[in-house]
Amino acid sequence: MIRRLLARPTGVFAVVVLGLLVVLAVVSLVWTPQDPFRADPFHQWEPPSPAHWFGTDASGRDIASYLLAGTRTTVLVAVGSGVIASVVGMVLTAIGSLTARWVREGTAVLLDILVAFPTLLTAMLLTAIAGGSLGVVIVSVGLSFGVTIARVARGEIRRIARSDYVTAARASGVGGAGVLFRHLVPNAAPLFTVQLSLAMATAVLAEAGLSYLGYGAGSNTASWGSMLADLQTYIGVHPWSATWPGAAIALVVAALSLLGDAVRDATDPRLTTNDRAAGGAPAPRTPDDPATTNTGVTA
Amino acid sequence: MSDATTPGTAASGLEVRGLTVRIDRRTILDDVTFTVPPGRRVGVIGASGSGKSMTSLALMGLEPTGATVTGSVRLDGTELVGLPDRERARHRGAGIGMVFQEPGTALDPLRRVGAQIAEPLRLHRGLDRRAAAAAALDLAVSVGLPDPESMLRQYPHQLSGGQRQRICIAMAMAGQPSYLVADEPTTALDVTTEARILELFEGLTAGMVFVTHDLAVLARIADTAVVLDAGRVVEHGSVAGLLAAPQHPATAALVDAARATARRAPRTGGSA
Repeated sequence: MIRRLLARPTGVFAVVVLGLLVVLAVVSLVWTPQDPFRADPFHQWEPPSPAHWFGTDASGRDIASYLLAGTRTTVLVAVGSGVIASVVGMVLTAIGSLTARWVREGTAVLLDILVAFPTLLTAMLLTAIAGGSLGVVIVSVGLSFGVTIARVARGEIRRIARSDYVTAARASGVGGAGVLFRHLVPNAAPLFTVQLSLAMATAVLAEAGLSYLGYGAGSNTASWGSMLADLQTYIGVHPWSATWPGAAIALVVAALSLLGDAVRDATDPRLTTNDRAAGGAPAPRTPDDPATTNTGVTA
Repeated sequence: MSDATTPGTAASGLEVRGLTVRIDRRTILDDVTFTVPPGRRVGVIGASGSGKSMTSLALMGLEPTGATVTGSVRLDGTELVGLPDRERARHRGAGIGMVFQEPGTALDPLRRVGAQIAEPLRLHRGLDRRAAAAAALDLAVSVGLPDPESMLRQYPHQLSGGQRQRICIAMAMAGQPSYLVADEPTTALDVTTEARILELFEGLTAGMVFVTHDLAVLARIADTAVVLDAGRVVEHGSVAGLLAAPQHPATAALVDAARATARRAPRTGGSA
């Protein structure tokens, strides 16, 4: 599967960017060029130089070091929200599609209501209860996307459950568990993967947005979002400085959303095997379902 | 010769009596009755929307959720209607198998076809992985798949329509059912492939409910048939009799339509 993933330019891009991100996050635990939090009032707004690769900010902090320290936050947010979103998503999908009719229809209504709750509102509520921290960001983004994933995956599971091949499998005697694990889960997995990668990408954006608004990590945690918030104030005077965290966020978000698409394509036998049939019946590839196609990331 | 379509009292055979399916307050199938003696093939014909497919699904206990099924389906004396789904599932594939209309969508696109044939083999015959693979290969040979060994390693999209339908038939026969429900199994195929698949059906020893709207196919595959119209059996009897002297307007309409088609495009048999 890894080989197939790397056979696609989007897959290579995603793997390289995310691999680099993880490596840099690990490196930043033991080494950064400078102390990312050390203010130096004599070296404000320095342009990029061998000492300060990306220059310094308003309080003379080394932007490269701060950016490097921020990778940990980004990885933590993406992975943490991803894990929470998967667990919440899977549980709600299961309740919403496999239970008795009144339970799953009740769940559908509940999901529709929960989806209307903005992530920001959830974060503000949690902040009011627990105080602002990275944990609040991770939990609120994870919950929001768990609900979104469940809402989409529920419909997908119901659609697959009514498909001809599930009916055919049942007609040959396959029972509930067999249908679930050998047909429903594998066929819903691509959509789940795409939605999850989208959730992780949006988690990175949401962390930036929430930190920007002051609901995110505290000032003692390096974060690309709070960095961007600080630097953009001066964007008219020192445009290059805000570019660094902006570009880093954009790169990681793009890589995460492309990763989901690439994994989906790499695991679809219709795209990875050649047509063999003599007389070449065209592959009955279903037209791209809007739900499984990544159309972009919205904050 | 006793009329195979009249309700009998014999314990063997597939006896359908008063089969009625309702969804909400609409009656989709109304009091459908016919009998398939062991090893015989009974045709079910009718226009679109007459309830042919619902008959197939109700025989399998696979009617859509929300549908209520009443009446009786007896499989060699065992009543199937009203059984809890878990028990009903044991008869699916082993007592009655089913072949679907659209071989393109009746196979899971993500699984190799060999695994899909092996699944009912493991379920019904309790074979382990290796024995199931060997039995799947035997089945692939018996349904006439060329190069069966490499064929079983393919995904459905890599096969042609005819090859896919052969896989579906192998899957339906894997549990060695004594009856087969075939719901328009050749409608989605071209004429040449249809002829070959019909040969395959003719070679099977299982009793069969063969649903079709194509009277040429019916004449070839079945000796008796029931005619459905708006969910009711409006006529039953020998296929030859139905085609020669249709009694009900619905049957007459089907026969007329078939004649008109035959005049416009004469069938040239398997070489078309």
